[in-house]
Amino acid sequence: MTRVAKGKVVRVAAGQGFWGDWLEAPVHQVQDGPIDYLMLDYLAEVTMSIMQKQKSRDPAMGYARDFPPLMERILPDVVARGIRVTSNAGGVNPRGCAEAVLAATRRLGLRGKVTVGLVTGDDILDRLDDLIARGHELRDMDTGRPLADIRDKVLSANAYIGMSPIVDALAGGANVVVTGRVTDTGLTLGPLVHEFGWSPDDWDRIAAGTVAGHIIECGAQASGGNLLRDWRSVRGLANPGFPIVEARADGTFVVTKHKGSGGVVSIPSVSEQLVYEMGDPHAYITPDGVADFTSIQLERAGRDRVRVSGIQGGARTPMLKVSIAWFYGYKAVGTLVYAWPDAYDKARAADRILRERLAALGLGFDQILTEYVGAGATHGRLAGPPDPEAPEVQLRVGVRARERAPVERFTREIAPLVLTGPPSVTGFAGGRPAVEEIVAYWPALIDRREIEPHVRVELLTA
Amino acid sequence: MPRSARPAVVPLQLRFVAHARSGDKGDTANVGLIALEPGLYPLLVREVTRARVARHFRGMVSGVERFELPNLHALNFLLHGALDGGGTLSLKTDAQGKVYSTALLRMEIPVPAALARRLRRSAG
Repeated sequence: MTRVAKGKVVRVAAGQGFWGDWLEAPVHQVQDGPIDYLMLDYLAEVTMSIMQKQKSRDPAMGYARDFPPLMERILPDVVARGIRVTSNAGGVNPRGCAEAVLAATRRLGLRGKVTVGLVTGDDILDRLDDLIARGHELRDMDTGRPLADIRDKVLSANAYIGMSPIVDALAGGANVVVTGRVTDTGLTLGPLVHEFGWSPDDWDRIAAGTVAGHIIECGAQASGGNLLRDWRSVRGLANPGFPIVEARADGTFVVTKHKGSGGVVSIPSVSEQLVYEMGDPHAYITPDGVADFTSIQLERAGRDRVRVSGIQGGARTPMLKVSIAWFYGYKAVGTLVYAWPDAYDKARAADRILRERLAALGLGFDQILTEYVGAGATHGRLAGPPDPEAPEVQLRVGVRARERAPVERFTREIAPLVLTGPPSVTGFAGGRPAVEEIVAYWPALIDRREIEPHVRVELLTA
Repeated sequence: MPRSARPAVVPLQLRFVAHARSGDKGDTANVGLIALEPGLYPLLVREVTRARVARHFRGMVSGVERFELPNLHALNFLLHGALDGGGTLSLKTDAQGKVYSTALLRMEIPVPAALARRLRRSAG
């Protein structure tokens, strides 16, 4: 084990919480204060399938397209300040993503100053038939169905891999690590394992680094964004400070943000992020280990500083999760706005007329769902009876089908309601609703020994 | 205890007792319910039972699980079948259960009247 200087602190900063997050955040993280690592998480469950769709149209695509231009913006500072970047921006084409970063490096005249660590091996799309033939059923974790049921509809299949290839890439000298489906938490844990020399079976430390990753993986959602507690008192969200972890070798860390930035880091802000997407708190399972969220101790350590300690963990499981995306069918959502008086009643009458017309056309849908925005769309009957004085209510009708034709026809039935249905209707200027392809998610498990031997780390220079 | 000496209990919405955040895993929404003050956590444990939450969401979810996190003064609820299929399949506005948290905060629990007054006041 490497000797680690006593009191050493490693700062890992979150720059993106999802593909589409605030583009200025990573720039502020790099420029507005000291950090050692910039962690950029781009992947959610459905993101991989969107990327796969883009790659099928253009083989050069399939990664977070925001990432290379972002790197072009921040690389001069990243290089000058010795910051290292970890990101799963590679999606289903990490090599293409890494090459785009190298191209940016050359344009910036930083040749020789940037080593890109490319992590591959998570993508098992081309191996599926072989895996199934050898008895891996890849059953849907929710429904229990074997993957063979929908094999011909599969669009992408990626195993969630952990921090170890990131550790290897950093040890090999990479200052930008580009991966595919590495876990969100692995992007933070990897740098900490590399810096502190933690053993991969030091389960409490692994759990600590995982919890650190969980706290910052959704960006400003841990530092004042989307914070319900006293939300009016959160200041400066025009320039929110994204969260930063200041970690120590013993597995304790402080969550904070750059001085002068907006938002807030507090016990409530960290607590809300800790419970986000939580399952059984005793077992937060990642490829690297199992963290016990009931062991986490939070303590205020100054303004915008929360100290996290006490974290306990358990051994990693023999299985890895696989994220499979498959083509399900089509959907569309149409909306119209009805105004006072009796806005809700008018919207309901319109829905009845629409449904009669759809039935008369003989269109087959898996589902038709009607919601009344402004009258209980999100809270259902818990919202109480609709207010007859409501200034307006939006009628929102969604349909889903395996075939495109009925959904297409549905999109032509919304606008006619304007002149053939209840009065005081507006809000149709956008034209016909779009028909969307539905890419559904199929979570499965696979023996990690089928995946880990295929994981590769390559070090690329411009 | 004589009846007159028993402290009066009134219904109080959870919004005055806790804050919350929700997320999704497939067709399951989770709601993490966090006491506004550590001292209110035992009240949550006692009153926000699995059965009461299931009743609150009846017709909207197919099953409820509850987990305790005394360290965070929080309870975590899994609301199964809450998202109309979830993910990209769901046609709901809140397909990912982002605001199920506030739907739970509508629930009322019995609270001593004096405490209810104080909590309402501090909420402004």
